[in-house]
Amino acid sequence: MHWNSLAEFLAMGNHGFYVWGSVLVMAASMLAEPMLLRRSRSRLLARLLRQYRAEQTEARRQRAANPGRSRD
Amino acid sequence: MTNRVINWFRYASPQTFYPLAGKLIPCFWTLAGIFAVVGLGIGFLLAPTDAQQGEGYRIIFLHVPASWMSMFIYLVMAFWAAIGLAFHTRLSGMMASALAPTGALFAFLSLWTGALWGKPMWGTWWVWDARLTSELILLFLYIGFIALQAAIDDPRRADRAGAILALVGVVNVPIIYFSVKWWNTLHQGASVSLGKAPSMAAQMLWGMLFCALACWMYSIAIALMRVRNIMLERERHTEWVRALLAQAE
Repeated sequence: MHWNSLAEFLAMGNHGFYVWGSVLVMAASMLAEPMLLRRSRSRLLARLLRQYRAEQTEARRQRAANPGRSRD
Repeated sequence: MTNRVINWFRYASPQTFYPLAGKLIPCFWTLAGIFAVVGLGIGFLLAPTDAQQGEGYRIIFLHVPASWMSMFIYLVMAFWAAIGLAFHTRLSGMMASALAPTGALFAFLSLWTGALWGKPMWGTWWVWDARLTSELILLFLYIGFIALQAAIDDPRRADRAGAILALVGVVNVPIIYFSVKWWNTLHQGASVSLGKAPSMAAQMLWGMLFCALACWMYSIAIALMRVRNIMLERERHTEWVRALLAQAE
């Protein structure tokens, strides 16, 4: 271990602001990116599922209106 | 003679790649976590103080991996763009689009950590010298690529236009890399390069390499996550996505 105390570690030899400023922004953005991607994925899936259901309902309605005919 | 030949082209089709990517993502996240803990542990807890820069040099464990990734992701992105342009493979354009935002993020992080390193060491956040300016151009190339693709509705045309921009921009990557040799700059020369012994303590080197590996694994995991979203969006009218949706119901 290079450090003698936590305070020394946090001070980073008077360069704490620069070192921790780098660490904080890099860590925050590398945590935010996967979280945003997960959120956009669940939104996308919900939207596609909604469209899919609407199409299925529409297809059933068409079949009920024109019995004996194929959809196209 | 064996008849069992693996058909690698099978994985070039979105419907086989999609589930494969889904299985690989957790593996890459695990590796990214392990490498990050090891790299940051060595870099921030074990590595000695730098003789010239004191403790402030520890920004290197973030700055160098971010800069390497920003350049490397651009090369990979341009590679996929070129493959897509030449062979019209569906997956290639999607891969290029999936890489661009992460590349842009690393270019930004490289500039951010560089500014925070420059201030205590050079006395300035920013100078218009070759290394810094060419890295800023790299960030603009990424943003330009994303904006160009977003401005074109037809994904195939967006892929082609983006591919040309990405390929023209490739010339910037060697300019960034060799800028510290070709011009007089405030930026220090390469600490690690092929063909000569690294000019740094072993612990510093290992810390940096593990942090770089962590960024690699992170980039692969993120790119796979994003490419899966792009696949679903673009292929939403195809049979395989509809089958997937039918299953989810």
